[in-house]
Amino acid sequence: MSIWFPRLASDASLRGRPSDGPFALTHRAGNADHLHCLNQAASARGLIRGMALADARAICPDLATRPANLVREAAALSSLRRWASRYAPMVATDGVDGLMADISGVPHLFGGEEALRDDLQARLERAGLQAVSAIAGTRGAAHALARHGGGIIPEGKLAEGIGSLPVKALRVDHDTAEALARVGLARISDLIPLARAPLARRFGQGLVMRLDQALGQHAEPVAAEADAPHFGVRMTLPEPIGLQSDVMAGLARLLERLCAKLAATHMGARRMRLELRRVDRGTVEVEIGFARPMRDPIRIAALFAKGVDEIDAGFGIDALRLFAPITEAMVPEQIGGGPMIRAKTGPDDALADLLSSLGNRIGFERVQRLLPAQSLIPERSFILAPAAYSEAEASPHQARPARPITLFPPEPLAAVSGTPPARFRWRRMSFTTLRAKGPERLTPEWWFDDPAWRSGLRDYWRIETQEGPRLWLFFTPQAPGGTNWYAHGEFL
Amino acid sequence: MLLRDMAPSDPLTLLRARVHEAEGRGRRAFALFQVARHLGPLVWVLPSHVPELPMLNGLPEGVGARLHLIRPEGEVDLLWCVEEALRSAPIGLVIAEPEKPLSLTAGRRLQLAAEAGRTTGLMLTRQDAGSNATETRWLCEPKAGPKPDSTLHAWSLIKNKRGTLGDWTLDWNGASAHVHMVSEARERCEPARTAQ
Repeated sequence: MSIWFPRLASDASLRGRPSDGPFALTHRAGNADHLHCLNQAASARGLIRGMALADARAICPDLATRPANLVREAAALSSLRRWASRYAPMVATDGVDGLMADISGVPHLFGGEEALRDDLQARLERAGLQAVSAIAGTRGAAHALARHGGGIIPEGKLAEGIGSLPVKALRVDHDTAEALARVGLARISDLIPLARAPLARRFGQGLVMRLDQALGQHAEPVAAEADAPHFGVRMTLPEPIGLQSDVMAGLARLLERLCAKLAATHMGARRMRLELRRVDRGTVEVEIGFARPMRDPIRIAALFAKGVDEIDAGFGIDALRLFAPITEAMVPEQIGGGPMIRAKTGPDDALADLLSSLGNRIGFERVQRLLPAQSLIPERSFILAPAAYSEAEASPHQARPARPITLFPPEPLAAVSGTPPARFRWRRMSFTTLRAKGPERLTPEWWFDDPAWRSGLRDYWRIETQEGPRLWLFFTPQAPGGTNWYAHGEFL
Repeated sequence: MLLRDMAPSDPLTLLRARVHEAEGRGRRAFALFQVARHLGPLVWVLPSHVPELPMLNGLPEGVGARLHLIRPEGEVDLLWCVEEALRSAPIGLVIAEPEKPLSLTAGRRLQLAAEAGRTTGLMLTRQDAGSNATETRWLCEPKAGPKPDSTLHAWSLIKNKRGTLGDWTLDWNGASAHVHMVSEARERCEPARTAQ
C-alpha cells in the first residue's frame, strides 16, 4: 500500500495555526523565494509548486505565506510513519512526502482491503491531512497509482490496473519520460508488449527495471528502517485541568511510562520536555536538564515541580506530552525505583539532583568543577568544566613550587621600589616586603598566542609582606619600559 | 546547660547545621581551614564576575576533587543557590561570597535551610555586611610570620550566639588539618566578653 501526501508541508503547518484562503510555504533557494507547498485554495487560483513568490503574489495578491521548515516536515512524515504502523508491521518512508506499507496478511483484520483504505483515508481526513492511497500487489504499482488518483488493483490484474497511467508514474527520470513521449510511448500499456532488449538499449536499464518492479517480475521489498526508539509519551484528558497537583499527578503517570521505556532500552534522559496544551490551543513548555542520565520517576518529578509551579494554565490544560529529546546510555544499576528505595538513594544521586536543580535555574555551564590540566602557565594549569558533563579528577600529586590559593588577572602594582620590590602599592593599600622568595621563571607557551602572555617571560616572586598578606607577584623583564610589576595571586 | 552542651569542644570547630560568617582579608584561608574539617562534597558559590578564582594547584590536597564552583549571576540567584545547597543533605560545607549585605530575612532563611538539610554553611562577607542571624562571626586577618613561609592567621570570634568570644593566632600552612596554636596562654576561666 502506498500513501501519498500531496500537501504534507502546508497541511502540517496549517494544522498548528489554521488560516483561511490561499496559503503557501516558501522556500529560499539561491536568491529568490519559491513556493514550496501550497493548499487547495492556492492551487485553485492557478499557483503551482516551484513558482517564484513574486509571480505568485502577482497572480494572487492575498496569498498568505510562511517560511518552510524542512526539518519539521521530515519530523511530520516520520511521525506519520509511526502512526501508520497501526496498519502494517513494516512501514517505510517513500521520498519526502510518501509512505509505503507492506500490508500482506493484514487487510482481513480491518474487513478487507476496501475497508482498510477507507478507514485510513477517513482518519487522515479527520486529522486535516490530504492523502491519496493505493493498494496493489507490487510496490511500484502502488506508488504509481497513489500519485495518479489512488485506488485498489485486485490480485493478478497489475498490467490492466496501471496500464492507463502515464509512463512518468514508473519513477523514471524526466529525460527518459520525455524521450518515451517523443517516440509515442505515452502510457504504461504501450510499454508492456514491447521487446525488452531494444527498450533497454535505447532508454537504459533503469526503465526496464522500473517496469519489471511495477509488474512484479523484479522483487522490491518494502525497506522499512529499524524504528529508532522514541522516548515520548502523551496523554489527553476528557476535561481540562488547572490545578498544579493535577498536572503533577498526570506527569507522574507519564513519567512512569517514559521511564519504563527508557529502562527497557538501557537509556537515561539527559533533558526532558513537558508540553502542556491548553484549551485555547496555546502550548506551554517546561524543560529541565539533568546532571547525570536519569530514569527515576520520583526524582525527575521533584525536579519538574518548580517549572510546573510557574506555568500559566489559562483556561485549563487538556493534553500533556512528555518526551526526552536528549538521552544517553545508562547501564542498569540498582537505582531508586519507588518510595521504599527512595530513602536509600546514595549521596551521589542526591548530589546529582542538587546539581540538576542548580543547573536548571542558573544554567548548566555555571555549575563548574576544577579539573587539572597539563600546563605550567598558571591560568591554564586548571580548567573550569561544567560539572554535569565531567567527572571529578584527583590532581596528580607532584612536588612543585608553592602556588597561591586564589588567582586573578594580573593587576599592575604602583609605587614599586627595587627588585624585588621593597615597597609597593596594590589595590590602594601600601605594603612593605618582609621576605621575598624567587624568582621562578615561567616562559610563555609559544604554540598558543595568548594576549596576556605577549609581554614575554615572567619572573614570579613570593612576597611576604609586613602587613600580613603573602602575594604572588611577577615581573616582566622583556616588556618594553613602564611599570611592569604585577600581582597575580594570593597565598593562604 | 543545654546550649553549652551543644557548643563544640574545639573552639575553631563550626557548629553543625548552622550558618556562620567570616570577614576580613583572611576569610578565604579560614574557609579552606574549615574545608579540611568537613568531609563530603563542597559547594563554593561565587558571583560570576568575581575575578579571584580558587587555583587548583594551590588548594590543600584532595580539596580540588570535592569542590563544585557555582557561579550565579546576581544576588538573588546567589542566595537561592546557597539555600538550595544547604537544604541538600550530602553536602559537607557550603561556602558563599555574597556581594551585598545580608538582610535579616535572608540570614534567617539560610539558617532554616541549614537546619533542614543538616548542612553547615559559611558566608564570606565584606566588613560589616553580615546578618544578625548568623551563628558565629569570625574576623580573619593574615599576619606576618616570624620565619620564612610560615603563615600566621589571627582569627577572632567577634559574635557567638552560644558561647564566649575569643582570639586565636595559629600557624597553618594549608597542607594538612594540623595547626599549631601560637596564642599565648590565658586564664582558664575567662569572663565572657560581649560583642563590641
